[in-house]
Amino acid sequence: MNPVTELIKNLADQHGRSRHNLLPILQGVVEQEKYLSEFSMTEIARELDLPAAEVYGTATFYSFLEHKKMGKYIIRVCKTITCSMKGKNQIILAIEDMLKINAGETTPDGNFSLLQTNCLGFCHKAPAMLINNEIYTELTPEKVREILSTYLKKKGESNDN
Amino acid sequence: MTTNYQLKRVDFIFKNENDWEEVLSKNIERPSQELINELISSELKGRGGAGFPTGLKWKLSAEAVDEIKYVICNADEGEPGTFKDREILSRVPFKVLTAMAVCGHVIGAKEGYIYLRGEYFFLQPELNKAISEFEYYCKEINLDFKIKIFMGSGAYICGEETALFESMEGKRGEPRNKPPYPSSYGYMGKPTVINNVETLAHTFTIFKYGAKRFYDLGVQYSRGSKLFSVSGDTPKPGIYELELGMSLADFVDEFGDGDTKAVQVGGASGFLVPRKRFSETAIGFQGKLTGISLPTGGSMMLFNSSRSMFNVLDNYLEFFREESCGQCTPCRVGCQQLLKGIKAVKRGEKNAQYLDKLMRLAETMQYTAKCGLGQSVANSFSSIVENFREEMIY
Repeated sequence: MNPVTELIKNLADQHGRSRHNLLPILQGVVEQEKYLSEFSMTEIARELDLPAAEVYGTATFYSFLEHKKMGKYIIRVCKTITCSMKGKNQIILAIEDMLKINAGETTPDGNFSLLQTNCLGFCHKAPAMLINNEIYTELTPEKVREILSTYLKKKGESNDN
Repeated sequence: MTTNYQLKRVDFIFKNENDWEEVLSKNIERPSQELINELISSELKGRGGAGFPTGLKWKLSAEAVDEIKYVICNADEGEPGTFKDREILSRVPFKVLTAMAVCGHVIGAKEGYIYLRGEYFFLQPELNKAISEFEYYCKEINLDFKIKIFMGSGAYICGEETALFESMEGKRGEPRNKPPYPSSYGYMGKPTVINNVETLAHTFTIFKYGAKRFYDLGVQYSRGSKLFSVSGDTPKPGIYELELGMSLADFVDEFGDGDTKAVQVGGASGFLVPRKRFSETAIGFQGKLTGISLPTGGSMMLFNSSRSMFNVLDNYLEFFREESCGQCTPCRVGCQQLLKGIKAVKRGEKNAQYLDKLMRLAETMQYTAKCGLGQSVANSFSSIVENFREEMIY
Protein backbone atom coordinates (compact mmCIF):
# COMPACT_ATOMS: atom_id res chain seq x y z
CA MET A 1 0.00 0.00 0.00
CA ASN A 2 1.12 3.55 -0.72
CA PRO A 3 2.61 4.99 2.52
CA VAL A 4 0.25 7.98 2.48
CA THR A 5 -2.77 5.75 1.99
CA GLU A 6 -1.60 3.63 4.88
CA LEU A 7 -1.05 6.68 7.07
CA ILE A 8 -4.57 7.90 6.30
CA LYS A 9 -6.04 4.51 7.08
CA ASN A 10 -4.21 4.42 10.42
CA LEU A 11 -5.33 7.94 11.29
CA ALA A 12 -8.93 7.05 10.45
CA ASP A 13 -8.68 3.93 12.61
CA GLN A 14 -7.35 6.06 15.45
CA HIS A 15 -9.76 9.03 15.22
CA GLY A 16 -12.84 7.56 13.55
CA ARG A 17 -14.43 8.00 10.15
CA SER A 18 -17.11 10.59 10.89
CA ARG A 19 -17.12 14.11 9.55
CA HIS A 20 -16.13 15.53 12.94
CA ASN A 21 -12.93 13.47 12.80
CA LEU A 22 -11.77 15.21 9.64
CA LEU A 23 -9.62 17.94 11.19
CA PRO A 24 -7.50 15.61 13.37
CA ILE A 25 -6.92 13.41 10.31
CA LEU A 26 -5.87 16.35 8.15
CA GLN A 27 -3.57 17.49 10.95
CA GLY A 28 -2.09 14.02 11.23
CA VAL A 29 -1.23 13.95 7.53
CA VAL A 30 0.31 17.43 7.68
CA GLU A 31 2.40 16.43 10.69
CA GLN A 32 3.92 13.54 8.72
CA GLU A 33 3.96 14.87 5.19
CA LYS A 34 4.22 18.62 5.95
CA TYR A 35 1.43 19.31 3.48
CA LEU A 36 -1.76 17.94 1.94
CA SER A 37 -1.32 16.84 -1.65
CA GLU A 38 -4.30 16.39 -3.93
CA PHE A 39 -3.65 12.68 -3.63
CA SER A 40 -3.85 12.84 0.21
CA MET A 41 -7.07 14.81 0.07
CA THR A 42 -8.81 12.42 -2.32
CA GLU A 43 -7.58 9.47 -0.27
CA ILE A 44 -9.02 11.03 2.89
CA ALA A 45 -12.29 11.65 1.06
CA ARG A 46 -12.38 7.99 0.01
CA GLU A 47 -11.54 6.72 3.49
CA LEU A 48 -14.21 8.89 5.16
CA ASP A 49 -16.72 8.54 2.33
CA LEU A 50 -16.97 12.30 1.85
CA PRO A 51 -17.05 14.34 -1.36
CA ALA A 52 -13.46 15.33 -2.22
CA ALA A 53 -14.61 18.94 -2.56
CA GLU A 54 -15.69 18.95 1.10
CA VAL A 55 -12.27 17.73 2.21
CA TYR A 56 -10.58 20.29 -0.03
CA GLY A 57 -12.86 23.04 1.29
CA THR A 58 -12.02 22.28 4.90
CA ALA A 59 -8.32 21.67 4.26
CA THR A 60 -7.77 24.96 2.46
CA PHE A 61 -9.57 27.02 5.10
CA TYR A 62 -6.88 26.66 7.76
CA SER A 63 -3.55 28.43 7.42
CA PHE A 64 -1.58 25.67 9.17
CA LEU A 65 -2.86 23.00 6.78
CA GLU A 66 -0.49 23.65 3.89
CA HIS A 67 -1.50 22.35 0.51
CA LYS A 68 1.69 22.88 -1.37
CA LYS A 69 4.93 21.05 -0.66
CA MET A 70 6.74 22.49 2.34
CA GLY A 71 10.20 22.06 3.79
CA LYS A 72 11.05 19.74 6.66
CA TYR A 73 11.23 22.79 8.92
CA ILE A 74 8.53 25.40 8.45
CA ILE A 75 9.56 28.78 9.83
CA ARG A 76 6.60 31.03 10.58
CA VAL A 77 7.51 34.59 11.54
CA CYS A 78 4.75 36.64 13.17
CA LYS A 79 3.90 39.73 11.15
CA THR A 80 1.11 41.18 13.30
CA ILE A 81 1.34 44.62 14.81
CA THR A 82 3.63 44.29 17.84
CA CYS A 83 6.11 41.95 16.16
CA SER A 84 6.02 44.21 13.15
CA MET A 85 6.82 47.24 15.35
CA LYS A 86 9.63 45.43 17.11
CA GLY A 87 11.65 44.52 14.07
CA LYS A 88 9.99 41.64 12.24
CA ASN A 89 11.44 42.85 8.94
CA GLN A 90 15.03 42.55 10.19
CA ILE A 91 14.26 38.99 11.28
CA ILE A 92 12.88 38.09 7.86
CA LEU A 93 15.91 39.68 6.16
CA ALA A 94 18.32 37.74 8.37
CA ILE A 95 16.58 34.45 7.57
CA GLU A 96 16.34 35.21 3.85
CA ASP A 97 20.01 36.04 3.80
CA MET A 98 20.99 32.88 5.60
CA LEU A 99 18.80 30.44 3.69
CA LYS A 100 19.07 32.26 0.34
CA ILE A 101 15.32 32.21 -0.21
CA ASN A 102 12.55 34.81 -0.08
CA ALA A 103 9.63 34.75 2.31
CA GLY A 104 7.07 32.30 0.94
CA GLU A 105 9.70 30.01 -0.58
CA THR A 106 11.31 26.68 0.25
CA THR A 107 15.03 25.94 0.05
CA PRO A 108 15.99 23.79 -2.97
CA ASP A 109 17.11 20.95 -0.66
CA GLY A 110 13.57 20.86 0.78
CA ASN A 111 14.71 21.52 4.33
CA PHE A 112 13.31 24.96 5.15
CA SER A 113 10.22 26.97 4.24
CA LEU A 114 9.93 30.59 5.31
CA LEU A 115 6.44 31.96 5.89
CA GLN A 116 4.86 34.95 7.60
CA THR A 117 1.92 34.32 9.86
CA ASN A 118 -0.65 36.17 11.91
CA CYS A 119 -0.44 36.83 15.66
CA LEU A 120 1.31 34.00 17.55
CA GLY A 121 0.31 35.39 20.94
CA PHE A 122 3.79 36.46 22.09
CA CYS A 123 3.31 40.21 21.70
CA HIS A 124 5.01 40.85 25.05
CA LYS A 125 8.09 39.03 23.78
CA ALA A 126 8.10 40.33 20.22
CA PRO A 127 9.32 39.54 17.64
CA ALA A 128 8.38 35.86 17.68
CA MET A 129 8.51 32.90 15.33
CA LEU A 130 7.62 29.22 15.21
CA ILE A 131 9.85 26.55 13.69
CA ASN A 132 7.43 23.66 13.27
CA ASN A 133 5.88 23.59 16.76
CA GLU A 134 8.80 25.18 18.59
CA ILE A 135 8.42 28.81 19.68
CA TYR A 136 11.25 31.39 19.68
CA THR A 137 10.76 34.87 21.11
CA GLU A 138 12.49 38.23 21.65
CA LEU A 139 14.37 37.65 18.44
CA THR A 140 17.24 39.70 17.10
CA PRO A 141 19.04 39.05 13.81
CA GLU A 142 21.98 37.61 15.79
CA LYS A 143 19.72 35.33 17.82
CA VAL A 144 17.94 34.14 14.71
CA ARG A 145 21.25 33.29 13.02
CA GLU A 146 22.26 31.25 16.06
CA ILE A 147 18.95 29.38 16.15
CA LEU A 148 19.06 28.64 12.44
CA SER A 149 22.61 27.38 12.56
CA THR A 150 21.61 24.75 15.12
CA TYR A 151 18.88 23.64 12.71
CA LEU A 152 21.34 23.61 9.81
CA LYS A 153 23.63 21.40 11.91
CA LYS A 154 20.74 19.08 12.79
CA LYS A 155 19.97 18.80 9.12
CA GLY A 156 23.60 17.91 8.38
CA GLU A 157 23.58 15.18 11.02
CA SER A 158 20.36 13.62 9.80
CA ASN A 159 21.75 13.61 6.24
CA ASP A 160 24.72 11.53 7.42
CA ASN A 161 22.45 8.81 8.72
CA MET B 1 -15.50 60.99 34.57
CA THR B 2 -12.77 61.52 37.16
CA THR B 3 -9.42 59.84 37.11
CA ASN B 4 -9.01 59.35 40.82
CA TYR B 5 -9.58 55.64 40.48
CA GLN B 6 -6.28 53.95 41.22
CA LEU B 7 -4.87 50.94 39.46
CA LYS B 8 -5.37 47.97 41.76
CA ARG B 9 -3.34 44.85 41.29
CA VAL B 10 -5.10 41.63 42.17
CA ASP B 11 -3.76 38.12 42.55
CA PHE B 12 -6.46 35.51 42.09
CA ILE B 13 -5.96 33.83 38.75
CA PHE B 14 -2.37 32.69 39.18
CA LYS B 15 -2.61 32.01 42.91
CA ASN B 16 -1.79 28.40 43.66
CA GLU B 17 -4.25 25.75 42.63
CA ASN B 18 -3.15 23.03 45.08
CA ASP B 19 -6.62 22.75 46.56
CA TRP B 20 -8.40 22.01 43.29
CA GLU B 21 -9.40 18.53 44.45
CA GLU B 22 -11.16 20.01 47.46
CA VAL B 23 -12.86 22.72 45.38
CA LEU B 24 -14.05 20.10 42.91
CA SER B 25 -15.32 17.52 45.38
CA LYS B 26 -17.10 20.15 47.48
CA ASN B 27 -18.79 21.89 44.60
CA ILE B 28 -20.09 18.85 42.75
CA GLU B 29 -22.01 18.06 45.94
CA ARG B 30 -23.85 21.38 45.74
CA PRO B 31 -27.16 21.62 43.87
CA SER B 32 -26.97 22.97 40.35
CA GLN B 33 -29.29 25.89 41.13
CA GLU B 34 -27.15 27.01 44.06
CA LEU B 35 -24.01 27.13 41.89
CA ILE B 36 -25.83 29.08 39.18
CA ASN B 37 -27.08 31.57 41.76
CA GLU B 38 -23.56 31.94 43.10
CA LEU B 39 -22.31 32.80 39.62
CA ILE B 40 -25.19 35.16 38.91
CA SER B 41 -24.66 37.06 42.13
CA SER B 42 -20.94 37.41 41.40
CA GLU B 43 -21.91 39.26 38.20
CA LEU B 44 -19.05 37.59 36.34
CA LYS B 45 -19.12 38.44 32.65
CA GLY B 46 -17.34 36.54 29.91
CA ARG B 47 -13.66 37.38 29.75
CA GLY B 48 -13.38 36.55 26.06
CA GLY B 49 -14.43 40.08 25.23
CA ALA B 50 -18.14 39.98 24.50
CA GLY B 51 -19.00 40.14 28.20
CA PHE B 52 -22.04 37.86 28.33
CA PRO B 53 -23.07 37.07 31.94
CA THR B 54 -21.56 33.67 32.73
CA GLY B 55 -24.21 32.64 35.25
CA LEU B 56 -26.96 33.21 32.72
CA LYS B 57 -25.07 31.21 30.10
CA TRP B 58 -24.83 28.21 32.43
CA LYS B 59 -28.45 28.62 33.48
CA LEU B 60 -29.75 28.54 29.91
CA SER B 61 -27.79 25.39 29.11
CA ALA B 62 -28.89 23.78 32.36
CA GLU B 63 -32.52 24.43 31.42
CA ALA B 64 -32.10 22.96 27.92
CA VAL B 65 -33.45 19.43 27.82
CA ASP B 66 -31.13 16.92 26.18
CA GLU B 67 -29.36 13.68 27.00
CA ILE B 68 -26.09 14.95 25.59
CA LYS B 69 -24.55 18.31 26.40
CA TYR B 70 -21.05 19.72 26.11
CA VAL B 71 -18.71 22.05 27.96
CA ILE B 72 -16.14 23.76 25.78
CA CYS B 73 -13.19 25.84 26.85
CA ASN B 74 -12.36 28.36 24.16
CA ALA B 75 -8.56 28.52 23.97
CA ASP B 76 -8.40 29.84 20.43
CA GLU B 77 -6.67 32.96 21.63
CA GLY B 78 -6.01 34.81 18.39
CA GLU B 79 -6.77 38.49 18.96
CA PRO B 80 -3.63 40.52 18.27
CA GLY B 81 -2.17 41.63 21.57
CA THR B 82 -3.63 38.85 23.72
CA PHE B 83 -1.59 36.12 25.35
CA LYS B 84 -3.15 35.53 28.77
CA ASP B 85 -5.03 32.29 28.07
CA ARG B 86 -1.84 30.42 27.24
CA GLU B 87 -0.37 31.56 30.54
CA ILE B 88 -3.43 30.35 32.46
CA LEU B 89 -3.37 26.95 30.77
CA SER B 90 0.32 26.47 31.43
CA ARG B 91 0.44 27.84 34.99
CA VAL B 92 -2.90 26.87 36.55
CA PRO B 93 -4.47 24.23 34.27
CA PHE B 94 -6.29 22.50 37.13
CA LYS B 95 -8.38 25.59 37.80
CA VAL B 96 -9.71 25.46 34.25
CA LEU B 97 -10.28 21.69 34.31
CA THR B 98 -12.05 21.92 37.67
CA ALA B 99 -14.29 24.72 36.41
CA MET B 100 -15.18 22.66 33.33
CA ALA B 101 -16.15 19.67 35.46
CA VAL B 102 -18.24 21.83 37.81
CA CYS B 103 -19.95 23.31 34.75
CA GLY B 104 -20.59 19.76 33.52
CA HIS B 105 -22.22 18.99 36.85
CA VAL B 106 -24.35 22.14 36.67
CA ILE B 107 -25.67 21.65 33.14
CA GLY B 108 -25.59 17.86 33.00
CA ALA B 109 -22.71 17.33 30.57
CA LYS B 110 -20.28 14.43 30.65
CA GLU B 111 -17.86 15.62 28.01
CA GLY B 112 -15.66 18.65 27.80
CA TYR B 113 -13.31 19.93 25.12
CA ILE B 114 -10.51 22.42 25.14
CA TYR B 115 -10.25 23.99 21.69
CA LEU B 116 -6.57 24.91 21.57
CA ARG B 117 -5.26 27.09 18.76
CA GLY B 118 -2.74 25.44 16.43
CA GLU B 119 -0.10 28.01 17.36
CA TYR B 120 -0.11 26.65 20.93
CA PHE B 121 0.58 23.04 19.90
CA PHE B 122 3.56 23.02 22.26
CA LEU B 123 1.22 23.30 25.28
CA GLN B 124 -0.32 19.93 24.48
CA PRO B 125 1.99 17.45 26.31
CA GLU B 126 1.81 19.28 29.65
CA LEU B 127 -1.91 19.89 29.34
CA ASN B 128 -2.58 16.25 28.50
CA LYS B 129 -0.60 15.25 31.59
CA ALA B 130 -2.79 17.52 33.71
CA ILE B 131 -5.93 16.08 32.11
CA SER B 132 -4.91 12.48 32.92
CA GLU B 133 -4.22 13.41 36.53
CA PHE B 134 -7.52 15.23 36.66
CA GLU B 135 -9.52 12.35 35.18
CA TYR B 136 -7.84 9.96 37.59
CA TYR B 137 -9.16 12.00 40.49
CA CYS B 138 -12.62 12.25 38.89
CA LYS B 139 -12.75 8.46 38.84
CA GLU B 140 -11.81 8.35 42.51
CA ILE B 141 -14.73 10.55 43.47
CA ASN B 142 -17.07 8.83 40.99
CA LEU B 143 -17.48 11.85 38.77
CA ASP B 144 -18.24 10.92 35.18
CA PHE B 145 -16.57 13.70 33.20
CA LYS B 146 -14.04 13.43 30.37
CA ILE B 147 -11.94 16.21 28.87
CA LYS B 148 -10.22 16.16 25.48
CA ILE B 149 -8.08 18.65 23.63
CA PHE B 150 -9.19 19.59 20.14
CA MET B 151 -6.47 21.27 18.11
CA GLY B 152 -7.18 24.20 15.84
CA SER B 153 -5.09 24.78 12.72
CA GLY B 154 -4.49 28.49 12.42
CA ALA B 155 -7.73 30.41 11.94
CA TYR B 156 -8.55 33.53 13.96
CA ILE B 157 -12.25 33.26 13.14
CA CYS B 158 -12.51 29.97 15.02
CA GLY B 159 -12.45 31.99 18.25
CA GLU B 160 -16.01 32.96 17.33
CA GLU B 161 -18.03 30.35 19.18
CA THR B 162 -20.18 29.04 16.34
CA ALA B 163 -17.22 28.98 13.93
CA LEU B 164 -15.43 26.96 16.59
CA PHE B 165 -18.24 24.38 16.62
CA GLU B 166 -18.12 24.15 12.83
CA SER B 167 -14.38 23.60 12.99
CA MET B 168 -14.79 20.84 15.60
CA GLU B 169 -17.37 19.22 13.35
CA GLY B 170 -14.75 18.98 10.59
CA LYS B 171 -15.91 21.90 8.50
CA ARG B 172 -14.63 25.28 7.42
CA GLY B 173 -14.67 27.65 10.38
CA GLU B 174 -17.59 29.72 9.16
CA PRO B 175 -19.80 31.34 11.80
CA ARG B 176 -23.45 30.28 11.98
CA ASN B 177 -26.48 32.50 12.11
CA LYS B 178 -27.67 33.26 15.63
CA PRO B 179 -30.18 32.32 16.98
CA PRO B 180 -30.15 29.47 17.77
CA TYR B 181 -27.59 30.14 20.47
CA PRO B 182 -25.06 27.59 21.76
CA SER B 183 -27.04 27.12 24.99
CA SER B 184 -29.64 25.21 22.96
CA TYR B 185 -27.83 24.36 19.71
CA GLY B 186 -24.04 24.23 19.99
CA TYR B 187 -21.46 21.58 19.17
CA MET B 188 -23.11 18.75 17.17
CA GLY B 189 -26.40 20.58 17.61
CA LYS B 190 -26.41 19.89 21.35
CA PRO B 191 -26.76 22.36 24.24
CA THR B 192 -23.27 23.67 24.89
CA VAL B 193 -21.60 26.01 27.35
CA ILE B 194 -18.61 27.64 25.71
CA ASN B 195 -16.45 29.83 27.92
CA ASN B 196 -13.15 31.58 27.51
CA VAL B 197 -10.19 30.13 29.47
CA GLU B 198 -10.04 33.12 31.81
CA THR B 199 -13.78 33.07 32.49
CA LEU B 200 -13.49 29.46 33.66
CA ALA B 201 -10.52 30.34 35.86
CA HIS B 202 -12.60 33.11 37.50
CA THR B 203 -15.43 30.68 38.25
CA PHE B 204 -12.87 28.63 40.19
CA THR B 205 -12.18 31.69 42.35
CA ILE B 206 -15.91 32.22 42.86
CA PHE B 207 -16.60 28.60 43.78
CA LYS B 208 -13.66 28.61 46.16
CA TYR B 209 -14.18 31.90 47.99
CA GLY B 210 -17.83 32.67 47.28
CA ALA B 211 -19.38 35.28 45.02
CA LYS B 212 -18.81 38.17 47.39
CA ARG B 213 -15.01 38.14 47.23
CA PHE B 214 -15.30 38.54 43.46
CA TYR B 215 -18.21 40.99 43.47
CA ASP B 216 -16.38 43.29 45.90
CA LEU B 217 -13.74 43.95 43.25
CA GLY B 218 -14.32 46.32 40.36
CA VAL B 219 -17.11 48.81 39.81
CA GLN B 220 -20.80 48.69 39.00
CA TYR B 221 -21.51 46.58 35.88
CA SER B 222 -17.86 45.54 35.75
CA ARG B 223 -17.27 43.33 38.74
CA GLY B 224 -14.15 41.43 39.59
CA SER B 225 -10.67 41.45 38.16
CA LYS B 226 -9.37 40.81 34.67
CA LEU B 227 -6.10 39.79 33.12
CA PHE B 228 -4.56 42.40 30.86
CA SER B 229 -2.08 41.53 28.17
CA VAL B 230 0.20 44.56 27.91
CA SER B 231 2.44 45.01 24.88
CA GLY B 232 3.81 47.55 22.45
CA ASP B 233 5.76 50.63 23.56
CA THR B 234 5.94 49.88 27.25
CA PRO B 235 8.88 49.30 29.56
CA LYS B 236 7.05 46.41 31.19
CA PRO B 237 5.20 44.21 28.74
CA GLY B 238 3.47 41.20 30.27
CA ILE B 239 0.32 39.90 31.92
CA TYR B 240 -1.27 41.77 34.82
CA GLU B 241 -4.39 41.07 36.83
CA LEU B 242 -6.17 44.33 37.64
CA GLU B 243 -9.49 45.38 39.08
CA LEU B 244 -11.95 46.45 36.41
CA GLY B 245 -13.07 50.05 36.16
CA MET B 246 -9.67 51.74 36.03
CA SER B 247 -9.22 54.86 33.96
CA LEU B 248 -7.01 54.57 30.93
CA ALA B 249 -5.00 57.57 32.20
CA ASP B 250 -4.01 55.62 35.31
CA PHE B 251 -3.18 52.64 33.16
CA VAL B 252 -0.90 54.71 30.94
CA ASP B 253 0.75 56.29 34.02
CA GLU B 254 1.69 52.81 35.13
CA PHE B 255 2.55 51.14 31.84
CA GLY B 256 3.37 53.93 29.39
CA ASP B 257 6.90 54.95 28.39
CA GLY B 258 6.23 58.64 29.03
CA ASP B 259 5.47 59.29 25.36
CA THR B 260 2.27 57.29 24.82
CA LYS B 261 0.34 58.62 21.85
CA ALA B 262 -2.50 56.12 21.77
CA VAL B 263 -3.64 52.82 23.27
CA GLN B 264 -5.42 50.07 21.39
CA VAL B 265 -7.95 48.59 23.81
CA GLY B 266 -9.29 45.14 22.98
CA GLY B 267 -6.95 44.16 20.17
CA ALA B 268 -7.28 44.84 16.46
CA SER B 269 -11.04 44.43 16.73
CA GLY B 270 -11.18 46.93 19.61
CA PHE B 271 -10.82 50.68 19.82
CA LEU B 272 -7.89 53.02 19.50
CA VAL B 273 -7.92 55.72 22.17
CA PRO B 274 -5.82 58.85 21.52
CA ARG B 275 -3.96 60.63 24.33
CA LYS B 276 -6.52 63.43 24.67
CA ARG B 277 -9.16 60.91 25.69
CA PHE B 278 -7.19 58.79 28.16
CA SER B 279 -8.73 60.42 31.23
CA GLU B 280 -12.34 60.06 30.10
CA THR B 281 -11.97 56.41 29.18
CA ALA B 282 -12.68 53.69 31.70
CA ILE B 283 -11.90 50.04 31.17
CA GLY B 284 -14.90 47.87 31.88
CA PHE B 285 -18.13 46.66 30.37
CA GLN B 286 -20.24 49.80 30.64
CA GLY B 287 -17.84 52.67 30.14
CA LYS B 288 -17.77 54.64 26.96
CA LEU B 289 -15.32 52.07 25.73
CA THR B 290 -15.62 48.50 26.73
CA GLY B 291 -13.15 45.69 26.44
CA ILE B 292 -15.00 44.54 23.37
CA SER B 293 -13.05 42.26 21.14
CA LEU B 294 -14.05 39.21 19.25
CA PRO B 295 -12.27 36.20 20.69
CA THR B 296 -10.41 37.60 23.67
CA GLY B 297 -10.58 40.64 25.90
CA GLY B 298 -7.83 42.37 27.79
CA SER B 299 -5.46 43.29 25.01
CA MET B 300 -3.74 46.62 25.68
CA MET B 301 -1.27 47.77 23.03
CA LEU B 302 0.57 51.02 23.60
CA PHE B 303 1.93 53.19 20.81
CA ASN B 304 4.37 56.06 21.33
CA SER B 305 4.85 59.09 19.13
CA SER B 306 7.41 57.35 16.92
CA ARG B 307 4.67 55.13 15.47
CA SER B 308 2.77 55.85 12.29
CA MET B 309 -0.92 55.21 12.80
CA PHE B 310 -1.24 54.58 9.08
CA ASN B 311 1.10 51.60 9.42
CA VAL B 312 -0.87 50.38 12.41
CA LEU B 313 -4.18 50.49 10.54
CA ASP B 314 -2.58 48.97 7.44
CA ASN B 315 -1.34 46.08 9.58
CA TYR B 316 -4.77 45.51 11.18
CA LEU B 317 -6.57 45.56 7.83
CA GLU B 318 -4.09 43.15 6.32
CA PHE B 319 -4.84 40.89 9.29
CA PHE B 320 -8.62 41.11 8.84
CA ARG B 321 -8.41 40.66 5.10
CA GLU B 322 -6.56 37.38 5.61
CA GLU B 323 -8.62 36.16 8.53
CA SER B 324 -12.09 37.00 7.17
CA CYS B 325 -13.72 33.63 6.50
CA GLY B 326 -15.09 34.90 3.20
CA GLN B 327 -18.60 33.67 3.86
CA CYS B 328 -20.47 37.00 3.85
CA THR B 329 -19.91 39.74 1.30
CA PRO B 330 -19.74 42.80 3.62
CA CYS B 331 -16.75 41.36 5.48
CA ARG B 332 -14.99 39.60 2.59
CA VAL B 333 -15.15 42.54 0.20
CA GLY B 334 -15.25 45.23 2.87
CA CYS B 335 -11.90 44.27 4.41
CA GLN B 336 -10.24 44.22 0.97
CA GLN B 337 -11.69 47.56 -0.04
CA LEU B 338 -10.82 49.32 3.22
CA LEU B 339 -7.22 48.18 2.83
CA LYS B 340 -7.07 49.19 -0.83
CA GLY B 341 -8.78 52.48 0.01
CA ILE B 342 -6.38 53.72 2.68
CA LYS B 343 -3.41 52.81 0.48
CA ALA B 344 -4.93 54.79 -2.41
CA VAL B 345 -5.44 57.84 -0.18
CA LYS B 346 -1.89 57.57 1.11
CA ARG B 347 -0.49 57.43 -2.43
CA GLY B 348 -2.61 60.43 -3.40
CA GLU B 349 -4.68 58.48 -5.94
CA LYS B 350 -7.80 59.35 -3.98
CA ASN B 351 -8.53 62.61 -2.19
CA ALA B 352 -9.00 63.00 1.55
CA GLN B 353 -12.80 62.92 1.29
CA TYR B 354 -12.51 59.33 0.17
CA LEU B 355 -11.76 58.50 3.81
CA ASP B 356 -15.34 59.50 4.67
CA LYS B 357 -16.63 57.04 2.10
CA LEU B 358 -14.48 54.36 3.65
CA MET B 359 -15.88 55.25 7.08
CA ARG B 360 -19.37 54.70 5.70
CA LEU B 361 -18.28 51.36 4.29
CA ALA B 362 -16.94 50.36 7.71
CA GLU B 363 -20.25 51.42 9.25
CA THR B 364 -22.15 49.32 6.71
CA MET B 365 -20.02 46.33 7.66
CA GLN B 366 -20.90 46.93 11.30
CA TYR B 367 -24.59 46.56 10.47
CA THR B 368 -24.48 43.88 7.81
CA ALA B 369 -21.63 41.48 8.52
CA LYS B 370 -22.71 38.12 9.83
CA CYS B 371 -20.43 37.84 12.84
CA GLY B 372 -18.32 39.85 15.24
CA LEU B 373 -15.25 39.86 13.00
CA GLY B 374 -16.78 41.89 10.19
CA GLN B 375 -18.85 43.96 12.59
CA SER B 376 -15.88 45.01 14.67
CA VAL B 377 -13.53 46.10 11.89
CA ALA B 378 -15.26 49.48 12.10
CA ASN B 379 -14.13 49.86 15.73
CA SER B 380 -10.45 50.21 14.99
CA PHE B 381 -10.94 51.65 11.52
CA SER B 382 -13.15 54.54 12.58
CA SER B 383 -11.31 55.31 15.81
CA ILE B 384 -7.97 55.50 13.98
CA VAL B 385 -9.21 57.46 10.95
CA GLU B 386 -11.18 59.91 13.09
CA ASN B 387 -8.35 60.63 15.49
CA PHE B 388 -5.38 60.48 13.15
CA ARG B 389 -6.83 61.66 9.87
CA GLU B 390 -3.77 63.68 8.89
CA GLU B 391 -1.53 60.63 9.31
CA MET B 392 -3.75 58.74 6.87
CA ILE B 393 -3.30 61.41 4.19
CA TYR B 394 0.28 62.72 4.47
